[in-house]
Amino acid sequence: MSIEANEEFRPKIVAFCCNWCSYAGADLAGSSRLAYPADVKIIRVPCSCRVNPMFILRAFEKGADGVIMCGCHPGDCHYSTGNYYARRRMTLLFSMLDYIGVENGRTRVEWVSAAEGVKFSTTMNEFVEKIHSLGKNVRLGDLRCRN
Amino acid sequence: MQRIGVFVCHCGSNIAATVDVKKVAEMALMEPGVVHAEDYQYMCSEAGQARIQEAIKEKNLTGIVVCSCSPRMHENTFRKAVERAGLNPYMVEVANIREHCSWIHKDIEEATKKAVILMRAAVAKVNLNTPLKPGESRVTKRALVIGGGIAGIQTALDIADAGYKVDIVEKTPSIGGRMSQVDKTFPTLDCSACILTPKMVEANAHENITIYTYSEVENVSGFVGDFTVDIRKKARSVDMTKCTGCGVCQEKCPSKKTPSEFNRGLNNRSAIYTPFAQAIPNVPVIDREACIKFKTGKCGLCSKVCQAGAIDYDQKDEIITEKYGAIVVATGFDMIKLDKYDEYAYSQSKDVITSLELERIMNAAGPTKGHLERMSDGKPPKEMVFIQCVGSRCSDDRGKSYCSKICCMYTAKHAMLIRDKYPDVNVTVFYIDVRTPGKNFDEFYRRAVEDYGVNYIKGQVGKVIPQSNGKLLVRGVDLIDQKQIVKEADMVVLAAAIEPNPDVRKIATMLTASIDTNNFLTEAHAKLRPVESPTAGIFLSGVCQGPKDIPETVSQAGAAAVKAIGLLAKDKLMTNPCTAHSDELLCNGCSNCANVCPYGAISYEDKEVNDHGKREVRRIAQVNSALCQGCGACTVTCPSGAMDLQGFSNRQILAEVDAICR
Amino acid sequence: MQELIARAKELLANGTVARVLGWKAGDLPYNPEPAYFEKEEDFKDFVYNGFCGANLSKYMIEATKLEGKTLVCLKPCDTYSFNQLIMEHRVDREKAYIIGVGCKGKLDIEKIKKQGIKGIQSISGAEITDDAETLTINTLYGDKTIPYADGMLERCHVCKGKEHKIYDEIIGESKDTKDADRFDEVSRIESMKPEEKFAFFQKELSKCIRCNACRNACPACSCRKCVFDSNKFDSSQKANVDSFEEKMFHIIRAFHVAGRCTDCGECSRVCPQGIPLHLFNRKFIKDIDEFYGEFQAGEDITVKGPLTSFTFEDVEPSVVAERG
Repeated sequence: MSIEANEEFRPKIVAFCCNWCSYAGADLAGSSRLAYPADVKIIRVPCSCRVNPMFILRAFEKGADGVIMCGCHPGDCHYSTGNYYARRRMTLLFSMLDYIGVENGRTRVEWVSAAEGVKFSTTMNEFVEKIHSLGKNVRLGDLRCRN
Repeated sequence: MQRIGVFVCHCGSNIAATVDVKKVAEMALMEPGVVHAEDYQYMCSEAGQARIQEAIKEKNLTGIVVCSCSPRMHENTFRKAVERAGLNPYMVEVANIREHCSWIHKDIEEATKKAVILMRAAVAKVNLNTPLKPGESRVTKRALVIGGGIAGIQTALDIADAGYKVDIVEKTPSIGGRMSQVDKTFPTLDCSACILTPKMVEANAHENITIYTYSEVENVSGFVGDFTVDIRKKARSVDMTKCTGCGVCQEKCPSKKTPSEFNRGLNNRSAIYTPFAQAIPNVPVIDREACIKFKTGKCGLCSKVCQAGAIDYDQKDEIITEKYGAIVVATGFDMIKLDKYDEYAYSQSKDVITSLELERIMNAAGPTKGHLERMSDGKPPKEMVFIQCVGSRCSDDRGKSYCSKICCMYTAKHAMLIRDKYPDVNVTVFYIDVRTPGKNFDEFYRRAVEDYGVNYIKGQVGKVIPQSNGKLLVRGVDLIDQKQIVKEADMVVLAAAIEPNPDVRKIATMLTASIDTNNFLTEAHAKLRPVESPTAGIFLSGVCQGPKDIPETVSQAGAAAVKAIGLLAKDKLMTNPCTAHSDELLCNGCSNCANVCPYGAISYEDKEVNDHGKREVRRIAQVNSALCQGCGACTVTCPSGAMDLQGFSNRQILAEVDAICR
Repeated sequence: MQELIARAKELLANGTVARVLGWKAGDLPYNPEPAYFEKEEDFKDFVYNGFCGANLSKYMIEATKLEGKTLVCLKPCDTYSFNQLIMEHRVDREKAYIIGVGCKGKLDIEKIKKQGIKGIQSISGAEITDDAETLTINTLYGDKTIPYADGMLERCHVCKGKEHKIYDEIIGESKDTKDADRFDEVSRIESMKPEEKFAFFQKELSKCIRCNACRNACPACSCRKCVFDSNKFDSSQKANVDSFEEKMFHIIRAFHVAGRCTDCGECSRVCPQGIPLHLFNRKFIKDIDEFYGEFQAGEDITVKGPLTSFTFEDVEPSVVAERG
């Protein structure tokens, strides 16, 4: 992990947000001018259950330093049950990533409602700070290096 | 390759003050597929939209990216704009550079960099967009209402008045439901029958309404706009076309020992019976389990006395199959069984009754002709105790976790009516909280306390003990005065919790409508779509969705009717094109997608496919796009990637990921 | 084995089945391979011994599409896979005649070789009918004897039991050979530091030559077309040039079979590079058991899998961090 001394580490962070709650929560954070670092880029999906673990692995492989998924609170899913499936999938995926030595701080799920602009902003600030403390993600980009 | 136009909005200074919009447009021209880029003050304005339309025509654009505010704000505006210019509306993607960028960042360089990346992601996505067309499906202009209580009647009347045919299916021999058992209604104390029966008559007489009583829904297939339903019309043993409703058969029937369902078992009825005098239809049914003719072959008295010759012992169940565009569930409620509440001695004493039984006792047509008397010895009571929340707001598994909502008000009503008619009777109410939200509700309750001297005690009753003198010893606590209370009562009335009609589980399964742990039907959205089921074309009316009183039930019934009318008014349904589709060459037919679909939109068929020259019959997933709402749960469950979501395809999302991580 | 052959011939002769799916002898004493037997004379090569580790369930996907019934020999642990395939509508139960074959643990030739045994000419004690607790290996350098258990596949040390979950008839005795906890190795890795975990998996996965043997053998990995071979995820590359596919293949494969994997161990058994691939699947199984209650894929075909069901009270993904 060698970063040029004078080059500031700017993490790449992908946030998957469901259209109905979390994306709207991010919009509210915006209209409330609640700042969070520009390192976070949001991808809109209809529901957290649309997030395929392959998307997350792909992000890491392409150089993301952290991936966060946001959805409606359990019980509030626009499609009734989507986030319950997403919750199981992400729990197992994150546990697997932890198992192969990817720091578990690089992955996160947060339930953010359309009214929780503050929570969205706070979550993103926290997450970026966490990624800063972990530094650049080298592992998933380099899981299979042939010596 | 797409020919993409990128339009960067200043949004006045909302975006332009923090994002170098010119730079974003300039950078856009370096992206693959982008042939046009410009920035403008307000893209959403008429002039802004016109610029997009002009560019589409001039440069033959096939895809549009608008870098502006949230797509939740103006995605539709831009979709309509490009459609007017001849482009498919789903060829638009919005990069949110306002809410997600300019409004939260201060540094211009940083915000511009981010805006460029968001633009790139949108360009990458639109490169993979395909024109999407909403599907169409037909609508059968007929509605089915399951349940003939006040909710079902009101929904049916409203739909029928709008000019659509409605069928009501009611399990019991008459429509009317719980409301027909109620004596008076709160908070106005008007007579329940006086306001309900005219509606029953109206429904019966309405040219657009067909009522199937003593009938049940047996099978449902199809989907929104096009349901096919089998209704089992149980054998009534009475020819409805001949019966005049004279009632002689009921008088003469020698079998009179069956507890009356309508009077909650407080008295008995004959084997051939109508549940109550104002029943609709006023045609009796023969209860074959109680009828001597059916049990022994002898008797046949009703047939002999029937001048119309309407009795038909050989009548068989009949299955009616009908098509419907919309289905409204109005299956209502019942009181919970009290077998787990032995401490209140309900099963030990006839003088411990439920509130609904009290309604029948107070009713002039009830078992006591409306005289308040003890069911054990017929004596008028002097001391009455009401116990609230029996099985409601319960933390253990004996009762229900929810508040039954109506009990506080009907108990106030009962207390007031008793004190009004029998001023010498003392009325005590044990309560946890008195909950009276609703128009004129709290005033009503206060009248009970202040004007009628009803004794409200905050506290719960621990035990009701029948005494040898015929009285009931009530042991409770007063939480405010912090003391034990022991009271001798003549009658104890239990405000038992209400629960959804137990049949609703079966019905929900047939409709693929979801149900919660308490058996209440789940609404599509708790706040914004409270009368719709998540399953398209299924609407919820009355207590089947959650506890409510009569006015609330009627308003919800009307709302459900409006939603059903809104559906029936359409000749064709345009379906959201962002639905899942299965690639038949990749599908394994494993059923995992159907297992996670909340809408029952996925079915399987054995289909001959041509896999690069190899023909074979395979089990293939089929998505009904009229039912699919586009959540995408199935796409992730599918290991082969056969299932994909239009508008949010795997490749589109991966392209966004790649663009962001580039 | 003779009883099995006799019964198979009988069922072929009386027309109950059109073919038999079993194992035929290979060119070495320890490499029998799955094969179809359609005529009486084919059976001269039929073998069933300790080296018949291959799980034949997956072959039944294609076999049950053929005309007539196929007799298949399934060991107790293979029947879980077969059940899972029934549940996913991949095999037609009606077109299978299942003989539950006895099993006393299958052998791992690599493990035997690792004990310094070279120049193997023949092995006795591997016959299924043998009660022998030892294997006698005749080599160019004389006879060597090792305890049977020392030659067993890893998966047999964590045997799921001697019961066949589905069968038409059973021939031969089975033995529960479990003498270890199947999650021991997973727990050992879990307790490592992140750097150690990463080093461990990086080392193992770097051996992968993407031969697809694991994918081909895995009964859960039975897609008509794998995502890695289609263009649905932009991951299809004829040559191994796509780094995404390179790096994530095994994780994605494990995720795709999570909740469906019966832990049959074929992936590790067939890996020519000796990568302990089952450690991915077992991690998912261990987590599923811990988070959502014990679940064995293929045990009960009426129960929905853990990734196609949920409860309102499921643990949050943050449990991973909290657990430390």
